[in-house]
Amino acid sequence: MNDDQKMQEPSESVNMTDLATTGMTSDGGTPKMTARHVDVFYGDKQAINDVSIDVNMDSVTAFIGPSGCGKSTFLRCMNRMNDTIPIARVTGDIMLEGEDIYSSQMDVVQLRARVGMVFQKPNPFPKSIYDNIAYGPRIHGLATGKEELDNIVESSLQRAGLWGEVKDRLSDSGTALSGGQQQRLCIARAIAVDPEVILMDEPCSALDPIATAKIEELIHELRGKYAIVIVTHNMQQAARVSQKTAFFHLGTLVEYGETTDIFTNPREEKTRDYITGRYG
Amino acid sequence: MTSATLLFLIIGLGLFAWFFGRLKASGLKASGKSSRSALHSLPNYHGWYVALWAIVPAAIFMAVWSFVSPALITDAALASPASAGLPQGAFARAAILSEARAIAYGNQVNAFNPLSQSMVEPYRDAISYYQMIGAVAALLMVFACGVYAWLQIKPDLRARTKIERVTMLILLLASLIAIVTTVGIFLSLVFETARFFSMVSPIDFLFGTEWNPRAVAGPRGETGFGAIPLFWGTVFIGAIIAMIVAIPLGLMSAIYLTQYAPAKLRAWMKPILEVLAGVPTVVYGYFAALTVAPALRDFAVSIGISGASSESALAAGVVMGIMIIPFVSSMADDSIAAVPSAMRDGSLAMGATHSETIKKVLIPAALPGVVGGVLLAVSRAIGETMIVVMAAGLAANMTVNPFSSVTTVTTQIVQLLTGDQEFDSPKTLAAFALGLVLFIVTLLLNLIALRVVKKYREAYE
Repeated sequence: MNDDQKMQEPSESVNMTDLATTGMTSDGGTPKMTARHVDVFYGDKQAINDVSIDVNMDSVTAFIGPSGCGKSTFLRCMNRMNDTIPIARVTGDIMLEGEDIYSSQMDVVQLRARVGMVFQKPNPFPKSIYDNIAYGPRIHGLATGKEELDNIVESSLQRAGLWGEVKDRLSDSGTALSGGQQQRLCIARAIAVDPEVILMDEPCSALDPIATAKIEELIHELRGKYAIVIVTHNMQQAARVSQKTAFFHLGTLVEYGETTDIFTNPREEKTRDYITGRYG
Repeated sequence: MTSATLLFLIIGLGLFAWFFGRLKASGLKASGKSSRSALHSLPNYHGWYVALWAIVPAAIFMAVWSFVSPALITDAALASPASAGLPQGAFARAAILSEARAIAYGNQVNAFNPLSQSMVEPYRDAISYYQMIGAVAALLMVFACGVYAWLQIKPDLRARTKIERVTMLILLLASLIAIVTTVGIFLSLVFETARFFSMVSPIDFLFGTEWNPRAVAGPRGETGFGAIPLFWGTVFIGAIIAMIVAIPLGLMSAIYLTQYAPAKLRAWMKPILEVLAGVPTVVYGYFAALTVAPALRDFAVSIGISGASSESALAAGVVMGIMIIPFVSSMADDSIAAVPSAMRDGSLAMGATHSETIKKVLIPAALPGVVGGVLLAVSRAIGETMIVVMAAGLAANMTVNPFSSVTTVTTQIVQLLTGDQEFDSPKTLAAFALGLVLFIVTLLLNLIALRVVKKYREAYE
């Protein structure tokens, strides 16, 4: 990692200088993922316009902004889920520990194992709880035997705070769980392949307040073990769970900084208008 | 006056009724003070109101009359002096009467029995008499009901609401026709089957293993109505060989079309597959009998398989399987497309490859729908007739050798009913019993399949 980091430094420093003017840099911590001048097009329509951002290992990063501002689109670029949309085209650089994730050397399968994703609507597979968690380890060959797989399943469920609730019914279908449990199952499933980054696309928007509180608590606990990026519509949620906040508007990154700064003392007027609920 | 002329006349009068109803309503409308309070419904609805009143009761009367009048005509003919010379035996009497009736209606020219000829005149008289009564009564009804409805037209007549109700009734009637017909077919099968089972024991039929239908019992009382070889042949061709061909090919083509095919390719491949489903089965029959069967026989002979026949289960089954492919493919296509894309995304986001996602997530999730589709396909395959008639042969063999000839339920039904047959011999009636078994089996398969598919649809809604 250090070698990669050193090789990357020259270009990094160049980028830093032009970013300094707009304040896109992160201070403190090592950037786990860096994006520079990213544009995304759906056909002729530009959805993301020149976004540069750093995601740190030790903090939770929240993407906020009005509907259609491109925050989910950008999130999906970070593990190349946009590849599934034939008309989507991404330009610019997105680096995971200095490796360009859009280069031809990057194996998308490996990338997605390192950068996991949790979706807006809980989407457990119509399989048993055990098989849901074991899915990733199995396809990536992470466990050599049944016992090791059992361990991975247990520890993943434990980290997702779901073990106590489901340990007696691992063979039940994952779709039989409640919405909040399903979403924690999906988080556990993402954790099971031991990713470095977890992307969460509005993970609580389909959940009730109690289930939401549990997920937020879980995000707190996972912080530091994984770099977490969360897209949310809920500004209180961004304030509660994140240390860094990025405000997107019409496909551009308006402001990126410490969550406390964004919410109490935003530099940009647009950010202030959005935070105070004047539009969006 | 014939019924057809009368019907056209009634409809013509109905048009007049429509015109007069509309005219009166328009007049009321014009005389009304404000346009809204003047007339409840538009003049057009009033026109229809009068027209329906004029036509429908008369048409119903005509339908009822056509059922009632033959008995009245026969009674009248028998009351004539000419009937005195008729024989007393009911059977001979009925034969003469039906012949005379046929001549009187002009369906037959010459009588075989001179006695019939004597009855023709009384019949003719009775027919014209009762037809006259029917026509006069129907026309009177047209006028009476039409005038009644016309008099009903007042500003507050809710003609529109009434027409709406009639429209609903017509639609209800239309939807009932298919159901009533099915029930009728089922009942006729049941009655004929009951007659068959009064001659041949159901146990012998359902569990017997010798199929060699004869009108009379053999020396040991055997009748050769054991249908097991037919059931086996049907299952062997339709549910085993055809499905071995259709399920993998159909499924794989659905996977390619939904998951891999570029939009342009899909845009022309899917319609072509659907067109294949509309090819008449007799065309597949030619293909099976003239191309596939001889090729398979030559192949079997060349690798030294004994008992290879030019009419083989394999040829019929394979071609039937090919015929079923579009069906399976389109059902599987629908099921796979119905799996929420969140499932696919979830799997891809775990780092699964495309084919792993298909194998481990999409197919298992779509499986109930695919199974439902396969069951429907099986029910189609076992009811399929033309291919097996042309390519499967008639020998009722109980064999698992796909190169030998087997026969199916549908083939035998065709065999039993073609040509001049008496309709009260067990040989002919056996066809109805076979048909009933086929009907029940396909009905059950369809029921199960539809339930499976429905349950599966609910799971994702």
